Amino acid sequence: MALLEVKDIKKNFGKTEVLKGVSFSLDKGEVLAIIGSSGSGKTTLLRCLNFLETADCGEILVDGDTVFNAGAEYNEHDVREKRLKFGLVFQSFNLFPQYNVMQNLTLAPSLALKKQKLSAAEKKEKLEAIDKKASELLERVGLSDRSTAYPCQLSGGQQQRVAIARALVMQPDILCFDEPTSALDPELTGEVLRVIKGLKGEERTMIVVTHEMEFAKNVADKVIFMADGVIEEMGTPDEVFGAPKSEKTKAFLSNSLETF
Amino acid sequence: MGFWEVTLSLLNGLEQTCLIFALTLVLALPLGLVISFGSMSRFKPLAYITKIFVWIIRGVPLMLQIIIVFYVPGFVLGTPLFSRFGSVIAAFVINYACYFSEIYRGGIESISKGQYEAGQVLGMTKSQIFFKVVLMQVVKRILAPMSNEVITLVKDTALARVIMIVEIIQAAQNFAAYGLMWPLFYTAVFYLVFVGLLSLLFGYLEKKLDYYKA
Repeated sequence: MALLEVKDIKKNFGKTEVLKGVSFSLDKGEVLAIIGSSGSGKTTLLRCLNFLETADCGEILVDGDTVFNAGAEYNEHDVREKRLKFGLVFQSFNLFPQYNVMQNLTLAPSLALKKQKLSAAEKKEKLEAIDKKASELLERVGLSDRSTAYPCQLSGGQQQRVAIARALVMQPDILCFDEPTSALDPELTGEVLRVIKGLKGEERTMIVVTHEMEFAKNVADKVIFMADGVIEEMGTPDEVFGAPKSEKTKAFLSNSLETF
Repeated sequence: MGFWEVTLSLLNGLEQTCLIFALTLVLALPLGLVISFGSMSRFKPLAYITKIFVWIIRGVPLMLQIIIVFYVPGFVLGTPLFSRFGSVIAAFVINYACYFSEIYRGGIESISKGQYEAGQVLGMTKSQIFFKVVLMQVVKRILAPMSNEVITLVKDTALARVIMIVEIIQAAQNFAAYGLMWPLFYTAVFYLVFVGLLSLLFGYLEKKLDYYKA
């Protein structure tokens, strides 16, 4: 059974139809790359999955459970619980500037503990577990030595690696990336893409909206090309990059892969 | 009447000045936050009502507001609502809360949407996001305009004498009846020291928050 099923997601902003019915599914451990030009709806799709936008129509299932159905009403509490199935790494990192690297990682899980009724001893134990997990993840993204640094003291690439670790602390089923390297200098994109590639080896299910065609080609198991709010083409990287069927895909790829 | 007698009398006045200053700050700082939430409310009628209220309070001289709070309840209800000191505090708190609310609003609206969204996708509640993520950044950003307001407040306390509160200026002016003018000029020293200390405090706070950029 597919880990993630997205059925007929539609989203309008006023009169503009941004998503005109998007459906796809993803198996556990698969990496999906979503490519397409600006304004094609890639980011909106990701934001719908993370409950940052509410789709007007459609359904989202994780592990067979409906986490979102456009017909249903969700209160804030429901949404908070359901959205944790997804993690999101933003284009602009969005680290919390007043907290150091370690605190950025531990803030959300520690606050979540406050909502539970625990004895002091249990609480202490859980906080220690959070610290341990955070340290492991920092090591995982190669930033153990910067745990007390503040975001403003880090390079863009380091900040984005912290943001990835921060998303992983919440143990999402599906980790989403919204153009994770678009705000970075070319020389810094490599370190971020390597981290994402490394996560693939750990059987992580990921959705990456990206303009890095080489990355999509080499790391993704599945590629979706979006145009004008619909999935124009979907398949393995070989299919989409090697033998695109749609004219729009061909035009996009020839523009994107053009070398100067 | 010697120097020490005057100084002692002015220090008595300073006590009133400090009380008005401190009470206004303690009450207006949180009230301003509440008003700023009102003016940013997505419930439009509340936002409009709040904005009209802020317009009125910022549009009418504080001196007049003190007089209104002290005298008008007496005319309308037949009995005064507040004591002299109570009237001054009520008028100052409402007035300053409105000014603070606009500073807060500017600060809160300047925080990028991304900070809220980052908190949301990590499963934080709205209040956790506001108090743990946004507020500290707002404080850093509004420190300079706040220091302006706070320093203005020190000197605005002199308006309390309009309903016969003997704050420092009034204390000095009482000596005019004896033909002494210099105590009035002497009060400037007290204000300068007061404001000087506040400037040092704000400088310290700014340095203290300098460890990060936002």
